[in-house]
Amino acid sequence: MSFLQNKIEKIDQYLSDHPKVKFILPQALLLVFIFSIIGYFSFNASSNLSARGIDTGFGFLKNKASFDIQFSMIEFDSSMSYARAYLVGLLNTILVSAIGILFATLLGFFFGILRLSSNPLASGLATVYIETLRNISLLLQIFFWYFTVLRLLPSAENSIVLFDFVYANIKGIYIPKFVWTNLNYFLYGLIFTFICIYFFNKYANNLRERTGKQLPKFSISLGLLILIPFLIINIFGVGLEFSYPKLDIQMGIANYIGGVSIIPELIALAFALSLYTSTFIAENVRAGILGIDKGQKEAAASIGLTNTQVLRLIVIPQALRIIIPPTTNQYLNLTKNSSLAAAIAYPDIVLVFAGTALMQTGRAIEIVTITMLTYLSLSICISMFMNWYNNKVTLTER
Amino acid sequence: MNVLNFIRKKFFSSPIDAFLTLSIGYLIYLTIPPLINWTLIDATFSGNTKKDCVAGGACWVFVKMWFNRFLYGLYPNEEIWRINLAFSILIISIVVYRFLNPKFKRYLFIFLVLPFPILSLMIFSGGFLGLAPVDTREWGGLFLTLVISIFAIIFCFPLGILLAMGRRSNLPVIKYFSIGFIEFWRGVPLITVLFMAGVMFPLLLPSGTNLDKLVRVIIAITLFEAAYMAEVIRGGLQAVGRGQYDASKAIGMGYWKSHIFIVLPQALKLVIPGIANTFIALFKDTPLVFVVGLLEILGMVNLAKTNPYWLGMATEGYVFVAFVYWIFCFAMSRYSLSIEEKLKTTN
Amino acid sequence: MGNIIQLNSVNKWFGDFHVLKDINFEVSEKEKVVICGPSGSGKSTLIRCINRLEEHQKGEIIVDGMALDENTKNISAIRSEVGMVFQQFNLFPHLSILENCTLAQIWVKKKTKKESETLAMDYLKKVQIEDQALKFPGQLSGGQQQRAAIARALCMEPKIMLFDEPTSALDPEMIKEVLDVMVDLAKGGMTMCVVTHEMGFAKEVADRVVFMDEGNIVEAKKTNDFFQNPENERTKLFLSQIL
Repeated sequence: MSFLQNKIEKIDQYLSDHPKVKFILPQALLLVFIFSIIGYFSFNASSNLSARGIDTGFGFLKNKASFDIQFSMIEFDSSMSYARAYLVGLLNTILVSAIGILFATLLGFFFGILRLSSNPLASGLATVYIETLRNISLLLQIFFWYFTVLRLLPSAENSIVLFDFVYANIKGIYIPKFVWTNLNYFLYGLIFTFICIYFFNKYANNLRERTGKQLPKFSISLGLLILIPFLIINIFGVGLEFSYPKLDIQMGIANYIGGVSIIPELIALAFALSLYTSTFIAENVRAGILGIDKGQKEAAASIGLTNTQVLRLIVIPQALRIIIPPTTNQYLNLTKNSSLAAAIAYPDIVLVFAGTALMQTGRAIEIVTITMLTYLSLSICISMFMNWYNNKVTLTER
Repeated sequence: MNVLNFIRKKFFSSPIDAFLTLSIGYLIYLTIPPLINWTLIDATFSGNTKKDCVAGGACWVFVKMWFNRFLYGLYPNEEIWRINLAFSILIISIVVYRFLNPKFKRYLFIFLVLPFPILSLMIFSGGFLGLAPVDTREWGGLFLTLVISIFAIIFCFPLGILLAMGRRSNLPVIKYFSIGFIEFWRGVPLITVLFMAGVMFPLLLPSGTNLDKLVRVIIAITLFEAAYMAEVIRGGLQAVGRGQYDASKAIGMGYWKSHIFIVLPQALKLVIPGIANTFIALFKDTPLVFVVGLLEILGMVNLAKTNPYWLGMATEGYVFVAFVYWIFCFAMSRYSLSIEEKLKTTN
Repeated sequence: MGNIIQLNSVNKWFGDFHVLKDINFEVSEKEKVVICGPSGSGKSTLIRCINRLEEHQKGEIIVDGMALDENTKNISAIRSEVGMVFQQFNLFPHLSILENCTLAQIWVKKKTKKESETLAMDYLKKVQIEDQALKFPGQLSGGQQQRAAIARALCMEPKIMLFDEPTSALDPEMIKEVLDVMVDLAKGGMTMCVVTHEMGFAKEVADRVVFMDEGNIVEAKKTNDFFQNPENERTKLFLSQIL
């Protein structure tokens, strides 16, 4: 024992006397370690791959995919390339993540504020919601929504009908497809509408500063949103027809054609991701609002601001500083969690690319690398956007 | 009169308040009685087959009949005593730990953390001393969940500490390696990591070597969670004032000694909630091992519900698993709160 | 000329703790009242009841003829006539000093931006920090922040100003600048109710001094009388401790 201790002390002494060695040696050791591992893996990989007759390289991306994808935002069929399949998967991932982020934020703010209510029923409901959904595995929640709830939907022949043209059954929710004539005019008109609303709001703010007069900004904006597109439609003859989903029975299998289908997998995944992530956002929101000094609310109240004004002008701007960073984390988590789509066969990038494509081509290393790089990139994009928003919110104070 | 006043103030103080109270009350009325009905009153608890469930409520017979499978996976029935043995020792040790002399506490802790898990693993696999070998593919259920979680927790914790210290190091190679390592594992979903472990990793090993799938999975999850753990611990290290490090340097402690004896104990105490959250998240992440074909408790339920004799039992199965998860997570967070309390008083 | 503030038999409990015991208290227009006493005596709670930052459970409070109760319209009306300055300043950190002062003018009094800024600059000049108008609270010293807080309250043109230990959180060298502003304000005719330990200020400016202990008003007298002929033993003890 003491022989070892002696040796260690001697080494310690040597290192203290030679600070350069102390600085360089651990780093050199780490570098040697890293490179040897990389070398070891590469050597094994290349010999394993050549033994199996599999090439390396990314040329396989141009090959025909030879599989269909159940749900896609762009045109895809089995004659298209693996690269295109990757794109489909990527778009599906972004789609479900965007929906999830939107609803998780809305629900998160709602339940976060609700939990602070003085009404015990309201805060109790929020607490139950948050504590239950937070402690149950997300995968289980996905399964629950998918299997239990959606399996309660009837078969195609007996679909639930809403508003006479929305059909819900076990294969998905079918909504009418928009069939436009002169779509361009409508799109330009919409852009024009938003520009009008933006400038109107600017004008209203200016007016308030100049004359103190407060216009009903919200109602007028809403009016513009409805009125201008209406005028555009009538003036330019923009036509919108709906291609209604119609029941079509072929070879005994009932299906709806002519509409747009939202597959149950997407619905289940969106539900589960939104609800699960909203619980964490709710806790962030609650922490943010609680983190605002009581004195702020008191000072605001003492100069006559109403409760709503206090919340809007004083509490939430300051609370956002506390809320944004952890909420960014939650957005990143949600995007990564969307990969659980594989469990219920929603064709996201993992299922399509790292699943089916990998099985067909055997190019494990390339595909897994591309998939991981994709997620890393998505994470970076979201982080950068949220950082920009964070700076915008915090630069307005010091 | 006071009660009425109290109710009015708390539940009906404004129009919005009243609306909330009434609508939530209605919601409760709609959901709770049917829920209790389904779970308890109309439920069937006794019987052997699906046909015994006639009452219309939950068919807990399903859970009862499959209980062993949910707990132990596909582990051979005759060998289950091994699992029970190991976990009984674990539970007894934990209970004994509370009442043990501080001098022995340290030895017991070290025993539980290092030799015990490895020994248990060997016993579970068998293949020596007359114990029948049980392939890891047959491990499953809650047993598998606990094996993966416990191993990952034990190993990701020290690794996380090293990474956190590495990220704050002055040596650029170590610092940037730590940053890259941490950000890489934090930026990718666990599923892709498990894919990597299951499909890609074998290619990186010399042909013919077969590292057991379970071992690969545990390594992957450990590395993954270590990155998150590192960030949590880094928060703690940052919060410990510079003064502490300066003071320990002033009394002659080097980098390692000052960290181990002064800085880390304080840092870890500060971030107990964060550490507990990481452990809980780890536990909740274990079902993802289904992508490599391992069936822990959720996977077993998914398997069971497709059994032709037990179709349509998905809800009961999921409720049961949700309950199990909730209990473990709740217990873990309570335990971490109690540790926090205990450490507060000794401050 | 009636009393602009009137408290009749006001009682308040925090849970089981009886913090205000049967308080009878009145302030007439343009009067300056200083409230002093040991900590926990209820003096802060007393003035916080006047603008409903705390709710009294028994008794009545009447401010400028309006009764203070659960009626939110009354509370708003009363709050726009009563300005308050806090021990911790409570400036809004995400707004500039000027914006702190104009915020309520714009959103509550619905004034134009120009009007509110003009008025704000007037008051900022009065408290002598007009050159800090575009800075943020975090960039100002404690004394400057408190003077800004006073200006913010004055911008609502209140009839009454309440001060809750305005100098207790300041470094000693900054206390004078804030007290000077308060003296100016008093000389200008403002009705003021000040909770403070600064007896020098009381002697210079107060018409009346009120001493509170354990939730009761122990002694309330005209300033000279209070300092020269305190009657109650507790008052004498308190004065001996701080003078």
